[in-house]
Amino acid sequence: MVVRNPVTWLGTPAFPKAAKDALANTQLRRNLRNATSTIRGKRAAAVAELPDWERLRAAGAAIKDEVLANLDTYLIRLEAAVTARGGTVHWARDAAEANAIALRLIRATGETEVVKVKSMATAEIGLNEALAEGGVTAIETDLAELIVQLGEDRPSHILVPAIHRNRAEIKEIFQRAMPDVPADLTSEPRALAEAARRHLRRKFLSAKVAISGANFGVAETGSIVVVESEGNGRMCLTLPETLITVMGIEKVVPSWPDLEVFLQLLPRSSTAERMNPYTSVWTGVTPGDGPQAFHLILLDNGRTATLADEVGRQSLRCIRCSACLNVCPVYERTGGEAYGSVYPGPIGAILTPQLVNDPKDKQAASLPFASSLCGACYEVCPVSINIPEVLTHLRARVVENKSSLAPEAIAMRALAWVMADAKRFERAQQAGTLARFLGRDGKITRLPWPGSKWTDVRDVPVPPAESFRSWWRRTRGDQ
Amino acid sequence: MRVGLFATCLTDTFFPETAKATVRLLERLGCRVEFPLAQTCCGQMHFNTGYAKQAKPLARDYAELFGDYDAVVAPSGSCTGMVRDIHPGLTASPIAARTYELSEFLVDVLEVTEVGAYFPHRVTYHPTCHSLRMLGVGEKPLRLLRAVRGLDLVELPESSSCCGFGGTFAVKNAETSTAMLTDKMHHVIGTAAEVLTAGDNSCLMHIGGGLSRLRSGVRPVHLAEILASTEEEPWSSATR
Repeated sequence: MVVRNPVTWLGTPAFPKAAKDALANTQLRRNLRNATSTIRGKRAAAVAELPDWERLRAAGAAIKDEVLANLDTYLIRLEAAVTARGGTVHWARDAAEANAIALRLIRATGETEVVKVKSMATAEIGLNEALAEGGVTAIETDLAELIVQLGEDRPSHILVPAIHRNRAEIKEIFQRAMPDVPADLTSEPRALAEAARRHLRRKFLSAKVAISGANFGVAETGSIVVVESEGNGRMCLTLPETLITVMGIEKVVPSWPDLEVFLQLLPRSSTAERMNPYTSVWTGVTPGDGPQAFHLILLDNGRTATLADEVGRQSLRCIRCSACLNVCPVYERTGGEAYGSVYPGPIGAILTPQLVNDPKDKQAASLPFASSLCGACYEVCPVSINIPEVLTHLRARVVENKSSLAPEAIAMRALAWVMADAKRFERAQQAGTLARFLGRDGKITRLPWPGSKWTDVRDVPVPPAESFRSWWRRTRGDQ
Repeated sequence: MRVGLFATCLTDTFFPETAKATVRLLERLGCRVEFPLAQTCCGQMHFNTGYAKQAKPLARDYAELFGDYDAVVAPSGSCTGMVRDIHPGLTASPIAARTYELSEFLVDVLEVTEVGAYFPHRVTYHPTCHSLRMLGVGEKPLRLLRAVRGLDLVELPESSSCCGFGGTFAVKNAETSTAMLTDKMHHVIGTAAEVLTAGDNSCLMHIGGGLSRLRSGVRPVHLAEILASTEEEPWSSATR
């Protein structure tokens, strides 16, 4: 699979079409429903334990906003601190630059196989595919990421990339694609985890180069932080000789006290845990301990453009907890692949089009409409990203780039014209009562397109003979 | 108190009984209700579909038309959310903060929960997303319903999940909307309620349209109509 436009997957149709296909997959819907409803309940309980949750959220949002307002300052401070501790910092404008830097660094080591801890940034830029083209095999070590990789599949969730698969499917993938799979593998979680562990252990012990993402980068000390649950990250971050980290520029935080806020917000929001099992922090290189070469690639890839948008920039507060995915009724039905990007769900619906930053991209333009604006995502976001606000803002941007002769644009203007004057509105109401002839028993069961999109599954009430305003005038006069 | 009624374009056109019930109820509770005939629409559909430019003059008209009232009441959490949350970003709208959804107005402003209603039916309540999350009405509609004589209130499972209406979403993403609607209907039918109520006719039109297609026998009835119903003037199914 060649990825040319890395933020979104080449060839993915616009959301309504992709969603239609996903909805037809009843196994997928069942898997997602089970998984998301379980995690929803757990998150709510974990959050309810903290009496100061709302203040933590406000603190998280404020820290991120301050960082975004002074991003240049903090990034330069981070670079200086990393360099002072023996690391090397590289700046990448886009996916191609970042991938080229990573490939060059790996080639310099002479290795052809690298281990990876799950990373959204490297998935966003299609690093694995770019490395493969350059003759380097990247092995995912996160269990879910491994399942996706072995299944030649696409991730469908930020935190749990294989959320769309059940145990039986995973067993089948392992049997097909894992070279050293046990002959007597069952679909017991324990057996599946054990098979993956044995498979990965050999890779950890042989790999000389590792690639990671970063959850946070602390500017004052140049420390990079990765949080994870399986320990595979810890193996990648300590065993190899060379460590290459790809970090989105918005991941910087000023200081350690700031980090403390996010280490409370993130695990409760994402896995409903009080503390995540593995928090790895490293600062440059330490002679005789851990990787002896450390490279930090700072990735822009559309972030500066996003930062320039007053309403949209709050999307860069995101700490990739995926709480918004788990509560989203649209995501729950369609799954992540319908969004056509490594960032699915509500956050993907606002982040992807901004990172893609191409008004002509129809698939990206369909994403801000992939929401009923129910607001559940905003309610759970640990850094208070007002996702519905950004969605409507991005919808307006899509409309601006649309032809003013598009049927929808004409209809919307016509409707606004009718609504701008109560007399016109009333005449339209009276004309509408003619629709009474379309219905029987007080309901209309069939309308021509595009009304058919409604009447395919829902009846429409027949407009009453007398509107409220007519009744008011008849009974109360023109007061 | 001089109250302006904002009927909303949808209720005015399709569900006049809801607006009549709102008037009856508010007058029964001592309000002086006026319906400025120059009102049309809050502009939500335009704004939410990306036509903010077209929504702006509608917000301006709203602010001018209702500016003098002590309070404005709308039988819609969604339109109230639009006025209160979004209008101030489109135009100077001092009235936005004094615009209330019906249950908020009753409980917070008039400070009543027992409104003298009688409605002898088994009822389940769907808290619409904008009532719940944009306005934060919380338990207010339930407190009002619990005080209605004769009413048997049954809890709706997973009540806070969206019904899938979402304005133009229902048409733009028709298949996804249908999947959400199907689950909502499943929960509604499972309660064995005779009546499904909510504070928004838009969501009721969506869920009710599906329930009607299934010939489920569950009737959608707006909260205002239940609260306006009394022994002397009972709610009648013939009017809906």
